[in-house]
Amino acid sequence: MSAPALADEAAEALADGTTVAELRADKRVRRRRATLPYVLLAPGIIWLVVFFIVPMWSIVSTSVETGDMDTGFVLSWRWANFGDVWSQWHQQIIRSLEYSLMCTVFCLILALPLAYFIAFKAGRWKNLLMALVVAPFFTSYLIRTLAWKTILADDGWVVHAMNTLHITPLLSGMGWTYSDNSVLQTPFSVVCGMVYNFLPFTVLPIYTAMEKIDPRLHEAGQDLYASAWATFRKVTFPLALPGIVGGTLLTFIPAVGDYTNAVMLGGPKTKVIGTVIEQQMIGTGGNIPYGAALSVLLMVGTLVITLAYIKRAGTEEIV
Amino acid sequence: MSKNTETPAAGGAVAGDLKLVNVTKRFGDFAAVKDLTLTIPQGSFFALLGASGCGKTTTLRMVSGLEEPTAGRVLLGDHDVTRLRPYKRPVNTVFQNYALFPHLTIAENIAFGLKRRGVKDVKKPVQDMLDLIELSHIGARKPNQLSGGQQQRVALGRALINRPQVLLLDEPLGALDLKLRRQMQIELKRIQTEVGLTFVHVTHDQEEAMTMADTIAVMNLGRIEQLGSPTDLYENPRTTFVANFLGQSNLWPGKASGTVGEHLRVRLEDGTGVLIPSARNNASGDEVIVGVRPEKMSIHASADEVPDGRNMLTGGVVTDTSFVGVSTQYVVKVAVCDELGVFVQNDGARIFRPGSDVVVSWDPSQGFGLDGKQDIDAGAEADLEAGS
Repeated sequence: MSAPALADEAAEALADGTTVAELRADKRVRRRRATLPYVLLAPGIIWLVVFFIVPMWSIVSTSVETGDMDTGFVLSWRWANFGDVWSQWHQQIIRSLEYSLMCTVFCLILALPLAYFIAFKAGRWKNLLMALVVAPFFTSYLIRTLAWKTILADDGWVVHAMNTLHITPLLSGMGWTYSDNSVLQTPFSVVCGMVYNFLPFTVLPIYTAMEKIDPRLHEAGQDLYASAWATFRKVTFPLALPGIVGGTLLTFIPAVGDYTNAVMLGGPKTKVIGTVIEQQMIGTGGNIPYGAALSVLLMVGTLVITLAYIKRAGTEEIV
Repeated sequence: MSKNTETPAAGGAVAGDLKLVNVTKRFGDFAAVKDLTLTIPQGSFFALLGASGCGKTTTLRMVSGLEEPTAGRVLLGDHDVTRLRPYKRPVNTVFQNYALFPHLTIAENIAFGLKRRGVKDVKKPVQDMLDLIELSHIGARKPNQLSGGQQQRVALGRALINRPQVLLLDEPLGALDLKLRRQMQIELKRIQTEVGLTFVHVTHDQEEAMTMADTIAVMNLGRIEQLGSPTDLYENPRTTFVANFLGQSNLWPGKASGTVGEHLRVRLEDGTGVLIPSARNNASGDEVIVGVRPEKMSIHASADEVPDGRNMLTGGVVTDTSFVGVSTQYVVKVAVCDELGVFVQNDGARIFRPGSDVVVSWDPSQGFGLDGKQDIDAGAEADLEAGS
């Protein structure tokens, strides 16, 4: 340390009555404190690099490769891959978005009253009912989806009941099914399976948000000339909004990439983008860059939709 | 002020008194309110006073519509509102813990009721209400950014802006500290006088009820024990519950033994004879409980010092002396009572130490008589519990 610096240090030390030694010790502590956040962040950063940045790079770079299965693929920065996959499979991409949007809407329609009932009306049955909502998770996803094949089978009681109530012709009239006495292998059966599988993801965050609402606010609403419905719209809904946004995102995002339901409950006409990607990547399609390009496209699309949704949900508009 | 916040009165021209007729409310086997009949005149500041669990809040909730009576009727003027949904009643509540909408600003909270009733331009009435509750500068804040006293004022403003026929206040000052509570009591009374609405105030705090209300109904076990002005209730309690719950009372059982002019002579258990005004005797039979408020009593070194014509209990021993500034509060052990309270105003009189032999006296006109067939300690514990 140079002489002037030493003098500075001494002056600094004298100014508030501490010794030079104390000051140095203090600086060491401060230096250690400055590095501490990085030490604590390190595991997270490493995790992010290994499991997010690297795979991201891998899939983005793969999406602009060219070649074939026999000779291998090389990074040639062929951005036209995106144009190719869009023109070839845009129908499936749009269908995936449609199905997941429908699934999210139906999940929300079912989850709002269900979460409301459990949070405010169920009393001591609250925990049991929540356990029942989560209960399907104790069985394998595939088995649960397969079960819907039996539930919606042509000779099952559900379809019989739907026939009796004239619901099946109605559905086929709307284009959700393809014949008057069968519902399997149609958009209807696929969305049914998706709604069933994703419902807990919608209910849980909404329930959590609603459960925190003070029931006296409902009384205050009613006291201030708001009917039960107006109280729900003006008090319960806005207060549950964070949960609603969370629940719909937790439903929509995985639903976009889901193809289990489409494969098991659907048919050739319900092919979704997940199936295409699977075929390109590891199946009969055999064009890995195309599969990667589709994945990137789907990811960016979902991200844009999600961001737009969150931005809108944050404002008064949605209420 | 009355000009400032004029908004269409909810429910239109249905004016008049609030009446409860034979109202009963049961929760399962438990009757919270039993056959209650009560008329609250329009424009009055009415307090329902009682310990927790006495049915006062249930009564309030039946007026607001949040609770439906098991039997009986609730009338606003000539309008039967017993089965009317809460949002259709021209009644608003200031809730115990305010129940402000956390997602709305102060101004939006206050505008809530008007908007629900379809009032288009709420800006001016809301601004006027913010002025009245002196929160104009923070109308854009959210409730959680406010202090308890400010939240209380918002809750009041949110209800008051609707100009309800009846404003219900459910322990509105319970969450405030003592100093703020005193301040708000005066404030509430001022606002009530200004707007002239009927205020029904539920509280367990007898001092609060006495400070603010024109009329107090003391409730106990789902029934109204006594109803009257604060002075009336304090000076002429008709039951031991009221005598003990509202302030403190010295009560001793005795037997009536004839009249002396306008006074009734009562022989206490130790044989001492005391006089009470016949007009203030509520006992139906011979068994009379004699009551005297501690501040009406005097304390003397010997019987010689007691002026003529005063009731007197001799042979007392001071067991406790607390000097509280404005007065000295003694606990005196006498033959008929182990813990007789005497409050002596701090006018320079000598202070007796514990252990001193004393005589206590009071003017016969200050005593009152209660029916001897009731629990002499009723209300004493309820007061302690409620005060805690």
